[in-house]
Amino acid sequence: MNASAANTHGGDLPRTPRDWVPLLLVPALIGVAAPLFGDLSSWVTLTTAGLAMGMMIFLMASGLTLVFGLMDVINFGHGVFISLGAYATLLVLGPLAAWGEADSLALNLGLLGLCILAAMAVTAAVGALFERVIVRPVYGSHLKQILVTVGGLIVAEQLIHALWGASPITVALPQTLRGAFVFGDVAIERYRVIAVVIGLAVFGIMHLVLNRTRIGLLIRAGVENAEMVEALGYRIRRLFVSVFVVGSALAGLGGVMWAFYRQTLTAGMGMDVMVLVFIVIIIGGLGSIGGCFVGSLLIALTANYVGFLAPKLALVSNILVMALVLIWRPQGLFPVNRQ
Amino acid sequence: MTPANTPANMPAMTSASSSPARNGILLGLLSADPPRSRVLAILLLAILATLMATPFLIPGSQPIGTAAKICIFILLAASFDLLLGYTGIVSFAHTMFFGIGGYGIAIALSRLGATWTSVAIGLIAALALSAVLAFIIGLVSLRVRAIFFSMITLAVASAMLVLASQLSGFTGGEDGLSFQLPPELRPAFRVLADPVLGIPINGRLLAYYLILFVSLGMFLLLLRIVNSPFGRVLQAIRENEFRAEALGYRVVAYRIAASVIAALAATVAGALLALWLRYNGPDTTLSFSIMIDVLLMVVIGGMGTLYGSVIGATLFVLAQSYLQVLMASVSGSLTAVPLLASITHPDRWLLWLGILFVTSVYAFPGGIVGRLRRE
Repeated sequence: MNASAANTHGGDLPRTPRDWVPLLLVPALIGVAAPLFGDLSSWVTLTTAGLAMGMMIFLMASGLTLVFGLMDVINFGHGVFISLGAYATLLVLGPLAAWGEADSLALNLGLLGLCILAAMAVTAAVGALFERVIVRPVYGSHLKQILVTVGGLIVAEQLIHALWGASPITVALPQTLRGAFVFGDVAIERYRVIAVVIGLAVFGIMHLVLNRTRIGLLIRAGVENAEMVEALGYRIRRLFVSVFVVGSALAGLGGVMWAFYRQTLTAGMGMDVMVLVFIVIIIGGLGSIGGCFVGSLLIALTANYVGFLAPKLALVSNILVMALVLIWRPQGLFPVNRQ
Repeated sequence: MTPANTPANMPAMTSASSSPARNGILLGLLSADPPRSRVLAILLLAILATLMATPFLIPGSQPIGTAAKICIFILLAASFDLLLGYTGIVSFAHTMFFGIGGYGIAIALSRLGATWTSVAIGLIAALALSAVLAFIIGLVSLRVRAIFFSMITLAVASAMLVLASQLSGFTGGEDGLSFQLPPELRPAFRVLADPVLGIPINGRLLAYYLILFVSLGMFLLLLRIVNSPFGRVLQAIRENEFRAEALGYRVVAYRIAASVIAALAATVAGALLALWLRYNGPDTTLSFSIMIDVLLMVVIGGMGTLYGSVIGATLFVLAQSYLQVLMASVSGSLTAVPLLASITHPDRWLLWLGILFVTSVYAFPGGIVGRLRRE
């Protein structure tokens, strides 16, 4: 899937074998679930819902796992960027409300695009500030990172309350993105298709950047051995700051998608979804983008299937999936070897 | 055990504790871990004396409620400090155990009737469940790396919160459970026929002193634990995990043991809170915001010293009750300035505590107690 997953023990010339087994989990899960549903339509609906939700979780989780992989920094305040991205849509939705009501796909998509741009710009800027003020002084100490980023989370959530008010805000989906595509008796919500497309596009771009560009090479090398990259004369700090900023912007993007999905904004919405994000990056293997992708899909599909078959067990099912994965591979699906 | 043993992150203090033999019994009670600062000692004594005398000093139901809450949160924060300050691992499931204690009492008393046997059954069942859960969580997460522990406890705690509100037939759901206390703890029960100092000596007062003395006893027990050889190993692990392992200590086993002990103490605290409130629900014991509160108490009070929890919890509960009043007056005088008025709004009190929290992690990692001891 990607090179951070292919570990480098031995380091001889023959390519290290690719680890295919975890990749088969997602199709296997979808396949196994099929007979459990009596009819095709609910299975298709739930599968697309799961895939869409998985893509959104992936967007939110990818930055966090890269930041951890590259700099061994765990950011418990990551959820703030999700909330902030969601609230940033208000900056666009306020003045351009007419675009959302217009019955024109181009205007509606343009509005969504502008929301995403605004959210990513805001979260990137706040991410840079957060890195400078909150995270930078506590490199090397996990305990302090957790404490300080939780502190940052509290302060930022309270600031969101102060700026936008404490009561939930509803946002409406643009006109043409509402409703569903109907094929026979199978209905697929339009917005979910868009979420899947955006998620896949981001995953594809990340994959290309990480595996086909010089900066991606440096990031992957930094994940494996940051000191060596630094010793070779590259400024790992600058690299890290940019990854942190990009990760925050991706969380902002995820926040926009999540906001339109839930259609309600609360300051705590980022923190709520962080529970899933943490489960996902643990399942995937801390620092692995491929693992993060597979983990997101696994968790979201399971949550949707279980939510339909046994609603009360939905969140517990995530814990169960995590426990099973950790029993099988204690370091996650794609362990990242650090030197 | 010698009193000269000081945690590595604090400079040794000799000025304030220069009488080694004089207070043998007191030192024994404190497990040879005195406050080591005159100001701190005076503060702690003042807190203890005030808590002891609250029902007689400040009549009324609100002050005694605040005092009971302080006792319970001191115990909760102290047990959290065993993990955070002494073992160096961050758990987000501490309120889960707090909640289990509360639900144990609530479910037992509402199902089995208001007797002391039900209290015992509920408490024992809750303790057993907490111990098993803490053990399993520790085994799954601490085995790999300590950072997993924080994330997994967060996930498990939120799953538990959802479970508690979903299984409404068992836990009362969002509404929680109200129940009757054993007769001896009800306000109608009279210990003495006549009031003392104008205060009726009733079951409510008895309940308060039960909470006070159980909290005090548990606190001294925790103090004993952190100053035992076991506690020293925990501190060694906190300072340098690899070195502790190299010295032959099973780091995982010690960390799991610490998390089980902390969970048990939190369960007792939850049970006490349920007994005081005669109610338990998701928002009173399980919610994530209480977890944040406890984190703030321990860090602001001072990590790695149980006295920090006393100071932190007392300050925090007082702030929770009275800071908002102060902020309301500040905000009222700033209505002309829009943003300033909204960040000093009484509902934003957590903002200021959050800022205090972040600065205290950077500027004085020893918290208030660390600060006092340095002087």
